[in-house]
Amino acid sequence: MACPASPAKRRYNRRTIKLSLIYAVLLIAAVWLFKHQQVTGPLAWIVAVLPALPIIGIFAAIGVYIVDENDEYLRMLLVRQTLYASGITLSIATVWGFLESFGMVGHVEAYHAAILWFASFGTGSIINRVTEGTWS
Amino acid sequence: MNNRLKVLRAERNWSQADLAERLDVSRQSVNAIETGKYDPSLPLAFRIATLFELPIEAIFSVG
Repeated sequence: MACPASPAKRRYNRRTIKLSLIYAVLLIAAVWLFKHQQVTGPLAWIVAVLPALPIIGIFAAIGVYIVDENDEYLRMLLVRQTLYASGITLSIATVWGFLESFGMVGHVEAYHAAILWFASFGTGSIINRVTEGTWS
Repeated sequence: MNNRLKVLRAERNWSQADLAERLDVSRQSVNAIETGKYDPSLPLAFRIATLFELPIEAIFSVG
């Protein structure tokens, strides 16, 4: 039987939806500005960093969600999920880093670590479902 | 850790959702505790004991 989301989860969902929309807007704007050579010098640095800020915000939102969640069991599942995500990401990044330094694989931009972390975060939820019988 | 939560709940004709509402936790929490997948913290164990008007050791035992 499906369970309603906790108030903390609903607040987290709202925050991540807003931050995802902001990310999309900033990314499209930054790509357009660089493609049309509209930014140079210090402004280019600021524009290049802008899409990263909402992603950092989502990481912060996950932290706030962990603190906000009053239900200790759901909080435990969420902590497990973030540990799975961090463990998987750091393991793959470490292996890839050594492969890259020995010339076995090509270079991958560092922001892919964030993409991998979010994918692993989803994997952590699936692992919770399989092992605990409930989604986190 | 073993517990008698399911029996105590059944005696009162409460569903898991009923008990979850009375304890202000999720139904998943009640289910996880009942099935032994999760041992509650001491504060939650005290809330459970207070709700059933029993000492903690009458509900939980080391198994």
